Amino acid sequence: MKPRRKDGYHAVAWQEPIILELGTPGERGVLLPPAGDGITRVVGDVLGSIPAEIRRRNPPRLPELSQPQVLRHYLRLSQMSLGADLNLDISQGTCTMKYSPKVNERLVSMPELTELHPYQDGSTVQGVLEVMGRFESILKEVSGMDRFTFQPGGGAQGIYTNACIIRAYHESRGQANQRTEIITTIFSHPADAACPATAGFKVITLYPDGRGYPDLEALKAAISERTAGLFITNPEDTGIFNPRIREFVDLVHAAGGLCAYDQANANGILGVARAREAGFDMCHFNLHKTFSSPHGSSGPASGAVGVISELARFLPVPTLEFDGDKHYFDYDRPETIGKVRGFHGNVPAVVRAYAWVMSLGAQGLRLVADTSVLNNNYMAKKMAAIPGVAIAYPEARARLDQIRYSWEPLKRKTGVGTEDVRRRMVDFGLQSYFESHHPWVVPEPFTLEPDETYSKDDIDEYVEVMRHISDEAHSSPEIVLGAPHQSTISRIDESALDDPKRWAMTWRAHLRKRSGGA
Amino acid sequence: MSREKAFVHPYIPNSVPEVREAMLREIGARDVEELYAGIPDALRLKREMNLPKPLLSELELRRHVEGLLRKNRSCQDYLNFMGGGCWQHFVPAVCDEIASRAEFLTAYVGDTYSDLGKHQAIFEFQSLMGELLEMDVVSGPTYDWPSAASSALLMASRLTGRKRVLVPATTGPERLSHMRNFCRRAVSIEMVATEASSGLLDLQDLERKCGCETACVYLENPTYLGLIERQGAEVAETAHSRGALFVVGVDPSSLGVLAPPATYGADLVCGEVQPLGLHMHFGGGVCGFIASHDDPAIVGEYNTFLTSIAPTGREGEFGFGWSTMDRTSYVRRDASPDFMGSATNLWGITAGVYLALLGPRGMRDLGEGILQRRHYAMERLGAIKGLRTPVFSATHFKEFVVTFEGKAVQDVNKALLERGIFGGIDLGGWFPELGNSALYCVTEVHTQGNIDHLADAVREVLR
Repeated sequence: MKPRRKDGYHAVAWQEPIILELGTPGERGVLLPPAGDGITRVVGDVLGSIPAEIRRRNPPRLPELSQPQVLRHYLRLSQMSLGADLNLDISQGTCTMKYSPKVNERLVSMPELTELHPYQDGSTVQGVLEVMGRFESILKEVSGMDRFTFQPGGGAQGIYTNACIIRAYHESRGQANQRTEIITTIFSHPADAACPATAGFKVITLYPDGRGYPDLEALKAAISERTAGLFITNPEDTGIFNPRIREFVDLVHAAGGLCAYDQANANGILGVARAREAGFDMCHFNLHKTFSSPHGSSGPASGAVGVISELARFLPVPTLEFDGDKHYFDYDRPETIGKVRGFHGNVPAVVRAYAWVMSLGAQGLRLVADTSVLNNNYMAKKMAAIPGVAIAYPEARARLDQIRYSWEPLKRKTGVGTEDVRRRMVDFGLQSYFESHHPWVVPEPFTLEPDETYSKDDIDEYVEVMRHISDEAHSSPEIVLGAPHQSTISRIDESALDDPKRWAMTWRAHLRKRSGGA
Repeated sequence: MSREKAFVHPYIPNSVPEVREAMLREIGARDVEELYAGIPDALRLKREMNLPKPLLSELELRRHVEGLLRKNRSCQDYLNFMGGGCWQHFVPAVCDEIASRAEFLTAYVGDTYSDLGKHQAIFEFQSLMGELLEMDVVSGPTYDWPSAASSALLMASRLTGRKRVLVPATTGPERLSHMRNFCRRAVSIEMVATEASSGLLDLQDLERKCGCETACVYLENPTYLGLIERQGAEVAETAHSRGALFVVGVDPSSLGVLAPPATYGADLVCGEVQPLGLHMHFGGGVCGFIASHDDPAIVGEYNTFLTSIAPTGREGEFGFGWSTMDRTSYVRRDASPDFMGSATNLWGITAGVYLALLGPRGMRDLGEGILQRRHYAMERLGAIKGLRTPVFSATHFKEFVVTFEGKAVQDVNKALLERGIFGGIDLGGWFPELGNSALYCVTEVHTQGNIDHLADAVREVLR
């Protein structure tokens, strides 16, 4: 059967104005309840009670819109967005765009969750605490770590939390001034370098050996008495699993450092390999990736951090405890690093992740891993047959859940590169793919992740679009170079984004610059 | 394996055995196990994970999780008077409608040509906040106020090349805890006293402490204890006269009636978006922002996504994209002094919807309605024997301190809980100098009847 390809696709193009251009003075979008005579009689003119110097003089220049107009405007904007629910979101490799079950949205919409204040008395939140406690037990089994916190509000914040814990650990041993260096790899997420740097560490970045594996010799050269720890992803961005990871961990341990496992994307190894067996001291999972919580246009997210018991004393406050009868928050932890985010983290993501695991069980999680690895290897076989596509580091053994590809051969032959293909693919109803984290070690990169959500037919359709664009690049490259053709808009002038005279992060700045104002 | 016996899961299309076999044939592998050959045996988990028995049908799953969550008693079941950085406000239905749209809910980092509407919605969040704040640059949504404030302090340090920041003694405890951890390697944090009578910043103490090493003075408005800080212009002058920046953390629900910090000299503004159309979500509804004037030197120090409008080749058409990515940790890695990542974009989009719905009159009504109810609540509670409020003489916005004379706050709150009321936040652990005090919060969600009910219950409890 010939794979589908949506040649007739055209993105929704509402040509919707900026909301500040809409509306008519006097219109109202929503009314608030008046305080009532009983209150106003007592309190009088409250606006007059505001000290003159802090009273707002000019009303904010917000638009004045009726309710249906606001709804229509935002519905149209939503229609001009290609959420994972709407497309074959194999494109955003390293992001694990999997199905976020709708039943979980119903669960987190319950007022028993949405209307909870984070400081409510423990007796009134036992239900949600039980969910958090149960999910902590689940993640302990999935990782082999001993304690978890759900406070970090995203993957980067989770990595940052681990950097703070490493700092606190060395401080507790009086070695803070000596242990100032963190080691990471170039194919680990940029946050594995940026977050330890933010926590005050100097960062050493290792490059891969010729076959794409993290370089053990480079690690040996980097390790010293200054080593505070290692931050590493495995499998890395390339989809290559480092088989010598235990040696990496052991070397860092022998030098007195701690090892943090970036498991933002753990889809390919659920139930297969764990942080514990590889010797790690800490890890983090992105609940909005592997554990199905929706990505929300980039958050609210959740980076669940797990540590071995020796490091639990440094976790952010509060920790969740259970006294045999009830769950409670413990704020009395003298060695804590403090807060990394307000309150208890993005708790709805924890509820969704719990529901997701409960819908699958141990056998189901393993099925997730197996299917994502199967899908990826199937796709790789098909992709490798497309003229102009290369797989980065082809000598490395079978990949797990994702692969970094390269259009370098296509670029050399046709002049069409990865950015061009990326603009063209949206003409077929696909999300623009993720190229690579910076720097682009692999030339003309793109990274695909066909996780368990996608069927064989879905993968075939995706590959067919890539094949078709490769054909176009060879036969009529101008089509690809001039793309997009069937998107919401035509090509933007990207130079405006980085030009202080023309960039505008707000409509007011845009109007000022357009009128030539300083 | 026959299809009947196979474990076919509704979320996993390729769990059908025949399909898997066809795919394996295509790959040239016997089984999936072969694909894990790159993982050494010693690293393998050689048993099935010990996890709870799954609830494979949606109905069973739903019953189970609903059953757990129904054990909670929410602020719909009880009457709530807690705020402290996560506040109970009215959420318009249109906000919920847009926040649950699959297109926004399940999008991620797609770019201009596939996710244009998402980019426009974020640009509109920045633009609407820009009008409220009267500032030309607003960040994309950040994690929350604490992280936005900490990042703003570090921005000020880099912009001035100085290593000391001054913050008020009444800085919100969650925010202060975040700052102490986040800033410890980069800057030192020094507290500026507040006046015992007014509760506002002690300008004399500020004069003493603000010097040529001060990177910035940070102020919160309203303060954590609910007071409207009227001395912004004086604080700005002191800071600027020493070459320091002025950073203000703000609750935007006050800005329909209170002057935006830019008008009294703020260089950087940060704060909490959650009051603008977001449910509390047990603290998961928070969302921060940073704002400034459009100075390229300042823009270069933002650690967040910044979405900019950009023209296209067609007359009158515009698009959007991420501005100046070279300044971010995505590009700079460890050369970056701060980091960014997935934060809270869906909440930012939703807050934009809220501001569009309320408009200038709605924001004024919001501020006025809060002030009226808070004022009334203080009148009612202040008349009760055995407690004292107001504790401070300055004007309050939506929160106020109540000092109990005989009974411990914990005991008051326990007794209120028995009457279906969440009493104010116990300040004892954080502000021992305030003695036996609690922080009460009143917003537009409260009716006169709610406040009367609170006052009657407190009177009964203290009797």
